[in-house]
Formats: sequence, structure tokens, C-alpha cells
Amino acid sequence: MEGDIAQMGQFIGAGLAAIGSGAAAIGVGHVAGNFLAGALRNPSAAGGQTATLFIGIAFAEALGIFAFLVALLLMFAV
Amino acid sequence: MADAPEGGGLVFKPMEQFEVGPIFGGTELSMFTITNSTLWLFLAVVATVLLLVVGTRGRAVVPSRAQSVAELVYGFVYNMVVDVAGKDAVKFFPYIMTLFIFILMANFLALIPMSFSPTSQFAVTGVLAIAVFVTVLVVGFVKNGVGFLSLFWITSAPAVVRPILAVIEFILFWMRPVSHAVRLGGAILAGHALLKVFAGFAQITLAAPLALLGVIAIYALEVLVAGIQAYVFTILTCVYLKDALHPHH
Repeated sequence: MEGDIAQMGQFIGAGLAAIGSGAAAIGVGHVAGNFLAGALRNPSAAGGQTATLFIGIAFAEALGIFAFLVALLLMFAV
Repeated sequence: MADAPEGGGLVFKPMEQFEVGPIFGGTELSMFTITNSTLWLFLAVVATVLLLVVGTRGRAVVPSRAQSVAELVYGFVYNMVVDVAGKDAVKFFPYIMTLFIFILMANFLALIPMSFSPTSQFAVTGVLAIAVFVTVLVVGFVKNGVGFLSLFWITSAPAVVRPILAVIEFILFWMRPVSHAVRLGGAILAGHALLKVFAGFAQITLAAPLALLGVIAIYALEVLVAGIQAYVFTILTCVYLKDALHPHH
């Protein structure tokens, strides 16, 4: 019985951690959307900023992957 | 490891593909055991040599197909180093080019069905990230001396918040290798696990065609992710190197 509750806790925790992936998706969309909004206002300056775009996306995405990692740890390592 | 949940009789084993084991018989792992991870890391090196050494062997003025790909990759990484880290970072170009082409090849080879993805192992990405971190530390202190610590002292901020920012920046600095490694490893791990989960849906007869389409779509996405993650890893290396070369904000 106790093991069942512990496993239930694992699965609930992993599911909750998956919310973080969605939050990271919002972040990535925000970065890309704002980049596009800026790029359409001044297309000539957009080309030089793609590196910055990818750095911004990478930082936002990393936190989503941390959430995914927590879910993985709960499912397979605890 | 928890038992696989019984999702209505379906069997999902998305993490099985990441198990490291010896390929020449036996089950025990020691320091120098040749594992499937070793094999695919080696194949990534072989692929790199095939592209960059054998592919450009002709040194033709009108390049062959392999040579134009090699020249394209070379020019792409060179421009990235100059744009992001500055002209004086060019002496680190061989290192950054090595990182990029190695991660790219490892990622692409991992997309071959039944292969093993070494870049999904945090041990592999961890070593790559720690190597970058140590390089940045050594270059920063050798080039700037104690002045490298001004990286943490943000002069553009109001004087009151500077100590607080210094603490935050210091913690962030030590988190760099962790996030650097986990970003690459996690993205590849998640993608390959997702492929296996979608493939698992093919066990339901009615959903099988849909699952197949899903696998194809995710596979295409994974090809994109493989390239982007290699790009992101190297561009962050350039950003960190820029910090080491010019710590003043």
C-alpha cells in the first residue's frame, strides 16, 4: 500500500513537472514572436540578429528541459 | 527504475534505447569496455573525417559535392565565431569547429534507425560542457588576470543592486556547464523518447496509420533539432568565450 502511494506521488509529480515544458513553450513563442514583430518593422536589421534569436530561444528552452529532466528523474530514478 | 505503467495493455519502453551496454559480449562495464556509446562516438569521428578530410582531399577550385558541404560548414562556423565572439576569438576557431562538427555528426548518426544516440548521455554532453567551462575559466584568468572577476560586477546597474547582481551572476556562472550539458542532452533524449512513444501507439490497430504519420513528422522535427542543438551548443560556447576575452560589459 505504501509503495502504491509513493508511486502515485511519482506519477503526479512527473505530470506536474510536465507543466514546465508548456511554460517553456510560452517563453520560446514569446521570444520568436517578438523577434518576428521587430524583424517586420526593420527587415534590414533582422538578418544580423538571428544569432541573438537562437541564444534567447536556447536560454528559454533550457528551463523547459530542466522541467522535463525532473519528470524523468521522478519516473525512472527515484 | 519504476515498472512501465500498463496503459491499457500497451507496452511503452521509451527509455530502453538509451541503455549503455558492451557490444562484444558480457554484461559487466569497466573503464575501457567498448560499449554501444563508444561505437557511435567513434562513428561520429569517422563521419567527420570522411567529410572534412576525405571530402576535401581534391582541393578542387570547382568543389565536389562533399567539398562544398565541408566549405559551407567551415564558413558557417567561422562567421559565427567572428560575429559572436569577435575577431580575436578566431584562434579558438579549431576548437569550436571541432565541437560543432562532432555534435552535429553524433546527432545526425543517432537519427539512423536502431542506432544509439551518444549525445543523449549526460556523461558525454557533460564532458563537452565542462571542457568549455574550464577553457573559459583558464582563458579568462590568463588573459585578464583578476580583471576577469569584473564579469560579475555589472557597472551599468545602479550601485545599490550591484552586490546582489554579483551574487546572482556568480551562481549563474557556475550553472553554465549544467545548463549547457543538459540543454543538448535533454533535447536529444526527449526527442528520441518521443519517437519511441509515438511508435508505441502503432500497437493500436486503428491508430497505427496516424502513429506512422506522427513518427514521420517527429522524425523531421528531430532532424531540425539535431542541427539546431549543435548550433546552439557552439554559439553558447562563443558567447562564453566572448565573456572570457572581454569580461567588461
